[in-house]
Amino acid sequence: MEVVVFVFSLLDCCALIFLSVYFIITLSDLECDYINARSCCSKLNKWVIPELIGHAIVTVLMLISLHWFIFLLNLPVATWNIYRFIMVPSGNMGVFDPTEIHNRGQLKSHMKEAMIKLGFHLLCFFMYLYSMILALIND
Amino acid sequence: MSAPAGSPRPAASARIPPRLGGAGASGAAAPAGPGPAPPQQNGPAQNQMQFPSGYGLHPQNYIAPSGHYAQGPGKMTSLPLDSQHGDYYSGLYTVPTQNVVTPNTAGQQPGAQQMYGRVLPAPHMAGSALGSFPGATSSASHVHTSASVNHHNSPAVGAANSSVASQGFPSTCGHYAMSTVSNAAYPRVSYSSPPAGDPYGQQMFTSQNAPPVRPIRDNSFSGQNTAISHPSPLPPPPPQQYHQEQSLSGYSTLSWSASGLPSTQDNLLRNHTGSLATANNNPTSPVADSLSSSVMQNVQPPVSSPVVSTVLSGASSARTPAAACHPAEPAASVTQPSELFQQKGMQYGDYVNNQASSAPTPLSSTSDDEEEEEEDEEAGVDSSSTTSSASPGPNSYDALEGGSYPDMLSSSASSPAPDPAPESDPTSAPAPAAAQPSKVAKPFGYGYPALQPGYQNAAAPPGAGPPSASPVYSGFQQYAQQYPGLNQLSSGLGGLSLQSAPQPESLRPVNLTQDRNVLPVTPVWAPVPNLNLDLRKLNCSPDSFRCTLTSIPQTQALLNKAKLPLGLLLHPFRDLTQLPVITSNTIVRCRSCRTYINPFVSFIDQRRWKCNLCYRVNDVPEEFMYNPLTRSYGEPHKRPEVQNSTVEFIASSDYMLRPPQPAVYLFVLDVSHNAVEAGYLTILCQSLLENLDKLPGDSRTRIGFLTFDSTIHFYDLQEGLSQPQMLIVSEIDDVFLPTPDSLLVNLHESKELIKDLLNALPTMFTNTRETHSALGPALQAAFKLMSPTGGRVSVFQTQLPSLGAGLLQSREDPNQRSSTKVVQHLGPATDFYKKLALDCSGQQTAVDLFLLSSQYSDLASLACMSKYSAGCIYYYPSFHCTHNPSQAEKLQKDLRRYLTRKIGFEAVMRIRCTKGLSMHTFHGNFFVRSTDLLSLANINPDAGFAVQLSIEESLTDTSLVCFQTALLYTSSKGERRIRVHTLCLPVVSSLADVYAGVDVQAAICLLANMAVDRSVSSSLSDARDALVNAVVDSLSAYGSTISNLQHSALIAPSSLKLFPLYVLALLKQKAFRTGTSTRLDDRVYAMCQIKCQPLVHLMKMIHPNLYRIDRLTDEGAIHVNDRVVPQPPLQKLSAEKLTREGAFLMDCGSVFYIWIGKSCDNNFIEDVLGCPNFASIPQKMTHLPELDTLSSERARSFITWLRDNRPLSPVLHVVKDESPAKTEFFQHLIEDRTEAAFSYYEFLLHIQQQICK
Repeated sequence: MEVVVFVFSLLDCCALIFLSVYFIITLSDLECDYINARSCCSKLNKWVIPELIGHAIVTVLMLISLHWFIFLLNLPVATWNIYRFIMVPSGNMGVFDPTEIHNRGQLKSHMKEAMIKLGFHLLCFFMYLYSMILALIND
Repeated sequence: MSAPAGSPRPAASARIPPRLGGAGASGAAAPAGPGPAPPQQNGPAQNQMQFPSGYGLHPQNYIAPSGHYAQGPGKMTSLPLDSQHGDYYSGLYTVPTQNVVTPNTAGQQPGAQQMYGRVLPAPHMAGSALGSFPGATSSASHVHTSASVNHHNSPAVGAANSSVASQGFPSTCGHYAMSTVSNAAYPRVSYSSPPAGDPYGQQMFTSQNAPPVRPIRDNSFSGQNTAISHPSPLPPPPPQQYHQEQSLSGYSTLSWSASGLPSTQDNLLRNHTGSLATANNNPTSPVADSLSSSVMQNVQPPVSSPVVSTVLSGASSARTPAAACHPAEPAASVTQPSELFQQKGMQYGDYVNNQASSAPTPLSSTSDDEEEEEEDEEAGVDSSSTTSSASPGPNSYDALEGGSYPDMLSSSASSPAPDPAPESDPTSAPAPAAAQPSKVAKPFGYGYPALQPGYQNAAAPPGAGPPSASPVYSGFQQYAQQYPGLNQLSSGLGGLSLQSAPQPESLRPVNLTQDRNVLPVTPVWAPVPNLNLDLRKLNCSPDSFRCTLTSIPQTQALLNKAKLPLGLLLHPFRDLTQLPVITSNTIVRCRSCRTYINPFVSFIDQRRWKCNLCYRVNDVPEEFMYNPLTRSYGEPHKRPEVQNSTVEFIASSDYMLRPPQPAVYLFVLDVSHNAVEAGYLTILCQSLLENLDKLPGDSRTRIGFLTFDSTIHFYDLQEGLSQPQMLIVSEIDDVFLPTPDSLLVNLHESKELIKDLLNALPTMFTNTRETHSALGPALQAAFKLMSPTGGRVSVFQTQLPSLGAGLLQSREDPNQRSSTKVVQHLGPATDFYKKLALDCSGQQTAVDLFLLSSQYSDLASLACMSKYSAGCIYYYPSFHCTHNPSQAEKLQKDLRRYLTRKIGFEAVMRIRCTKGLSMHTFHGNFFVRSTDLLSLANINPDAGFAVQLSIEESLTDTSLVCFQTALLYTSSKGERRIRVHTLCLPVVSSLADVYAGVDVQAAICLLANMAVDRSVSSSLSDARDALVNAVVDSLSAYGSTISNLQHSALIAPSSLKLFPLYVLALLKQKAFRTGTSTRLDDRVYAMCQIKCQPLVHLMKMIHPNLYRIDRLTDEGAIHVNDRVVPQPPLQKLSAEKLTREGAFLMDCGSVFYIWIGKSCDNNFIEDVLGCPNFASIPQKMTHLPELDTLSSERARSFITWLRDNRPLSPVLHVVKDESPAKTEFFQHLIEDRTEAAFSYYEFLLHIQQQICK
């Protein structure tokens, strides 16, 4: 059972890593003016909810499987994802709004956020990997 | 000849999207390059043709060069370099020198001209020599630089040149004669080589900088100095004509480059001329008419400036260079009256003939040949170089000062060139000195540095000016850096001393709590950047371009210390009375950052220039070497692009993604019961009928109408119908267009049907009972209708949209209107309108919103449709055509302006700034498409923008920073145009200098914009706190810098003394006030206005002007159009200034109030208001009667003058002391205490408290 949980977490984490990389690439494309804000934001907004769900699932899974440390580690990031999604003003087109993204350094902060998440997911990845191997050995 | 060549190019050039530059640019640039190139070639050719007259001046120089050329291309090239130097200087400094020279030469002019004529042939000769070279592009290019015009001619002309030239010259001489200054210079020119030396001397003396450039050549030609200076004066004349022609060619538009090529050249030339003289118009007038807008611009500006230049020249050497530069062009233009232009036009023809018939005329022949050659070269260049920069050359319209080029040429031609003679002027003396150094420098490449010292030495004698010049000189190679250095030097010589010795006025400490009269009695003007005189003259007008700090701090740390906002305020599409329009095959731009060439670039040598934004060294395209204004060659620094910080280019097809769109107008009208009841349809239809012929556009103009209530009504106006057909679509969930082809119709073909419809519309819905409004679906239909072409959608809405997509609910709680706590719902309720606006913006459609509602209509949501599609927003609260006549009148006046003002379609605006600075936030109505590219579906003259800046890298290695906005748009005539503004500011390293350079009005406008953002994204109270903190922080930061700290007093530098007052005014503004009942829509509208109004109008909105008008006198009055306009002093906005015996006028920007005191003099009431006494003044008075009394005349002329200065005619309210309307008036008295807000004094104490905490 333990093994299944971590294998799933590992896969989910891989997906999140890829998603983070995708965010970074798309944002840097925007930064370099390779794509316009409109298409950039519609691309990214599409993946905000999958990211949120993907991360929430792992978090909940850890809670259910009683891995407290990993759960607590994931909790702040999951909370931030949800908070960010909920706090989008009614007039905005999503977490990433094409009319705002160039203002007030939003692009940079989005980029920073994506970087931090990438680092976090990488950390989790190795943690899950280790736990999975541990679980396999224990079996 | 050129024309054919040109035509092919257009075809070849790919149509590039209408991007200004940036990422897309590189790709676009390559295609563009070829396209533009042909025109340039043509341009040059024409130029040359025209030039003859101009050349006459320059010719001397050329002649010398010609010989040289014959000897070898290498020399030629070297010469060009020199000329560039000269250009550079001239750009900055030359003007003065020219002026100086002119005085001297004035007497000589006639003779000189003749001389030139002869000389010219020589240049042609040179050209012929070049012609031989053309085969090799490189050689050709060299030649071009040295004498582009000549080259072309050269082949055929070569031998004949002398004879031909003589023919051509006479005419030119005549022209020159017109311009005294130039003429004078020319005479000297006769010494082809010497002139260069003279210029130096002049430059040296005047502007120091300029001289150095020439000196290089001078080196070879020590004696030539004078010649150079002379040429410069000549060039200016022809611009206007060129413009017109160009515009005509432009009409062909798509095929511009092709057919236009020849014409474009002409145009370019004309542009220069055009600007110079309205007179010029005569020849080109037809063209001008078609062009309309462009022509007007061109014509006006030149005239005024020319005068100046002439004056300068008259002034003699005494004049400083800086002033001279700008004026010089104009002056030249001025001098060249329309007659001249006409002559030129004639001459052109002649020249051409000459050329054709007999190669001899060097100029004419050269021009033709050159055109061809140039085209080829350009084509090659373009392909290779990619950028437009390669091709720019030919069209330099207004090169103000041809002198430098000639010098260059002469020098290049042969150092030996006889120095005819140092000019008689004082400058002449210095000139020799300069010349000597230049000789030393002769090997331009490396020689420069060496030259400097020598140069300086030489220069030094003349005066302070020369030293600065010398640095520049040496700087050529170093120039980029040098440039700033020069400024510093100059400023050091002039400005610095001022700073250090006596404390500048702007730093005088003011004790705010004790000085009760901080408000000056005259309007506050924008502070002038602490630049040297030359740059100051060249700098962009503060009306178009302002920076909150006119002295840019060196590092972000310093900026943070100063606690002041850093940003730009732009009014890029302002109605201008004078604007140089440039038609050039090649628009010269930096290859790496795509910056347009501007007055603040540095010319490293004649063939290269250093970008002032990214410091890349670029080649000067061959075309750019020729100055159509002066008809001189080799003076890139005298071209109009380098002489004016605000210019407009006619863009080639490289700047198009698609053929320029026609003007398309769609009116989307609310016809629900509510709207019919308000009765706006009558006013709108009436205004439209009156202005149908004045709508900006050409023969392709299209117009359409769409009305909606719970259904959507389309109107088929197809030509041939007997009457308009109404098509009703009730399927609002999935809107479709019933007949997509006939809903937008050609205005001219269907005019009768349109008039029928407009006459019928107001009565068509009188009995409607439909109260619903399906605005969302109507907008979707409008979008579908407009998306193939783009254009302008004008939406008239009178209530909350209640059906279909985008429906809104009322969010306002009337009980919260005067809440001091939280103001909610400042942001949009749905993203529908934002998405729609972005879709529209993508299809080049702008949505303008007219909201005429009597109740809450959720402007916060509706405004999004305009905000992000670059539209504009008008709001008429409580509109009713009979119950509220003042609003009705305002709508009528606004509509008149709205319908007839200039408009630009499918526009983009890019703002660039010197490396190290970066823009991070934009304010205004637009969509930010990429980091520095604003997408503007429409641009109108009343739109303002703001940009916040940060300093990312230290600016320690530069002493100047530049900002450039380029607005690329399609005019209503279907021309693609680029309007470029460039602003140059000094960099400072001390906090005191930063404070000395604060532009408090700009700062307050930027703060207001930031506060609006904060209100929406955070909360209103946050925004208010931030405003107060801005004052507290900046004043405490200043307090900590002054040594003698007086803790008890609130000290501000003089430049910031109005800061607290303005912030208080902002806090009491409708947008930010709390505690006073403010309707949500009113508040949101005020915020929209803050975001999109240009600074001048915004300042009136924030801090109205109060005048006492019952005692107007002629003291200090100004004269405008034969009217005497009294200038009463400004009064504090405080009730203490109101006396019962007086009458006061308050100018709030969009509304005027006249407050009549209870005991006001009956004479005044009778003479001005036409009422016998106070009691008989009606409650709602919105006009001043036209009475034949002195006081009435004064009052009316004053009010008319105030009105004329703004686009939207304000409504006048006469407010009696006791009427209920007086609260409206009194709420603008912002220095007084109100129930919910501080008085000014209390506010100061509050700030002081905060500082001491």
